[in-house]
Amino acid sequence: MNVNTPNSFRTGPDENGLFGIYGGRFVAETLMPLILELEQAYKAAKADPAFQAELDSFLEHYVGRPSPLYFAERMTEHLGGAKIYFKRDELNHTGAHKINNVMGQILLARRMGKKRIIAETGAGQHGVATATACARFGLKCIVYMGEVDMERQKPNVFRMKLLGAEVVPAKSGSRTLKDALNEALRDWVANVEDTFYCIGTVAGPHPYPEMVRDFQSVIGRETKEQMLKREGRLPDSLVAAIGGGSNAMGLFHPFLDDRQVEIIGVEAAGLGLKTKTKHAASITGGRPGVLHGNRTYLLMDDDGQIIEGHSISAGLDYPGIGPEHAWLHDMKRVEYVSATDRQALDAFQICCKLEGIIPALEPSHALAHVMKIAPKKPKDHLMVMNMCGRGDKDIFTVADILGAKL
Amino acid sequence: MTTRIDRRFEALKKEGRAALVTFVTAGDPDYDTSLKILSGLPKAGADVIEIGMPFTDPMADGPAIQAAGLRALAAGQNMKKTLKLVKDFRKQDKDTPIVLMGYYNPVYVYGVGKFLKDSKAAGVDGYIIVDLPPEEDGEFCIPALKAGQNFIRLATPTTDDHRAPTVFHNTSGFVYYVSVLGITGTKAPDLKSVKANVNRLRKHTSLPICVGFGVKSAEQARAIAKDADGVVVGSALVQAVEKSLTKAGKPTSKTARAVHALVSDIAQGVRS
Repeated sequence: MNVNTPNSFRTGPDENGLFGIYGGRFVAETLMPLILELEQAYKAAKADPAFQAELDSFLEHYVGRPSPLYFAERMTEHLGGAKIYFKRDELNHTGAHKINNVMGQILLARRMGKKRIIAETGAGQHGVATATACARFGLKCIVYMGEVDMERQKPNVFRMKLLGAEVVPAKSGSRTLKDALNEALRDWVANVEDTFYCIGTVAGPHPYPEMVRDFQSVIGRETKEQMLKREGRLPDSLVAAIGGGSNAMGLFHPFLDDRQVEIIGVEAAGLGLKTKTKHAASITGGRPGVLHGNRTYLLMDDDGQIIEGHSISAGLDYPGIGPEHAWLHDMKRVEYVSATDRQALDAFQICCKLEGIIPALEPSHALAHVMKIAPKKPKDHLMVMNMCGRGDKDIFTVADILGAKL
Repeated sequence: MTTRIDRRFEALKKEGRAALVTFVTAGDPDYDTSLKILSGLPKAGADVIEIGMPFTDPMADGPAIQAAGLRALAAGQNMKKTLKLVKDFRKQDKDTPIVLMGYYNPVYVYGVGKFLKDSKAAGVDGYIIVDLPPEEDGEFCIPALKAGQNFIRLATPTTDDHRAPTVFHNTSGFVYYVSVLGITGTKAPDLKSVKANVNRLRKHTSLPICVGFGVKSAEQARAIAKDADGVVVGSALVQAVEKSLTKAGKPTSKTARAVHALVSDIAQGVRS
């Protein structure tokens, strides 16, 4: 372990929103008062049992929590090593973990009296979750989505529209997730009075990385309880896919101080890390910089210009990663590895056939790494993989690559 | 310690008129044309020059300045060349203050210490780094002030009396008042609220207050110059560059002239 290992890995961020040197509040002055207001409002909500009770109730009756911790028996037999469990967050309402965070933020927005919600989305899962919660509470919802992503993820665009959201194409820059984020920030600057920005991952200016982490931590808390009940002890390892890193942070955070638990985050290696620009592995292939309100590992060139990430999974091709992950990497508490498009695609197909579960391409990356390491582990090794989304949205992409005509 | 910026505002105060602050993006549409544009700005009536450092993800800028940055990057602009541009400009102009404006990442990646040293040597006088609010002063603002440079901060309609002291605490050179809620070049400033806000902010700072975001015409400039110490024009100049280009985005003989003509026109407004 690192010589500067802290007593606890779970106390961050500090009052300036920093995890070590990562995080912070790198935003235009117009937004500063709003971010400070949000920080206060979140602090108050967090300390209010009524807020937590309301959130818990919606998570149970609307989202469908707790999600099962499922023993993947055939996958375990197939790999012949570790005992593999899936945390089934793909069974949530709207099909992914994104709704956990959205419910929390939308309830907070209501508490703050905000009537207009904006969000960014890449693959569309966060956009769909936000549109869903806004429909439920009768709030106006505007989702920014890269023009390129809108074309790639047509079903989700239509879903959002059915739910009453306005989907605005981000036409600037590379017209993908990072540009959608830029457009959402531009909208927020212009509509400070009535607008709440519902960020979808553990990134952005403080307090977003902390707040989104807290809302997603329900995944890890449940996992802990379920595993103790089931096996009488904690898991030996956790594996989750990382784009911005919200599903991973949600699973990891409650376990960070259980030092015996091995924790692994899997980034998207796209066509391979050697390609330099055809991957989305910010930690393994990037370095520290400042974007979208926080300092973290970024994909960029020598001049500090941001490079577009690439991955088969539209949910992972963000050129950054949440700042807490950057810190956990430097502290060596979490190991960050990567899986390629090809490996993820293989894992996707095997999961369909062995477990009768069509996973999203995002957790397919985590599964690819499970398939790599599980065979080398003893049979009493308990491994949990976060099945953070279902693959319905990806069947078109997969069909296209496999050459199947729909 | 006084900088070119301090001296220029002092001189203008004696003249009894407001400053015209012009913004153009470094390397837009290419290095040579950009240098030509810069070189002619003082003669056209610019009192202070802001040079935009191109960035792929300018989150506070509207479509005009976003496009200018991407044009510059496509033409091969980078931080080294931006500093060279200032150096080349300084060969023929020792007095006009130069402010580099942009986002933190390219500066951070270049290295704060090295950037301050190299930019000062090139002839830069101050900086506006949009995504460095007072909460992040330790990053760049304090080192810049220690290097004897100005750190100019944006004040906005959300900078209320409670927030203002924090915003102005480490600000030097001048204050850039963002006259609209929003991104650059999209909405026209509401002149009544500009006047009220400028007067309100004067209670918090003795620095010159320049007003920008959305100023496009001599008429607007004239109205704003009545209450403010300076008028900032950016998107309109960048759009003049854009309009002068060929369909393939190449500069024409009109490019520099178009910018200078617009600056002359707005300067008339500021000075009348």
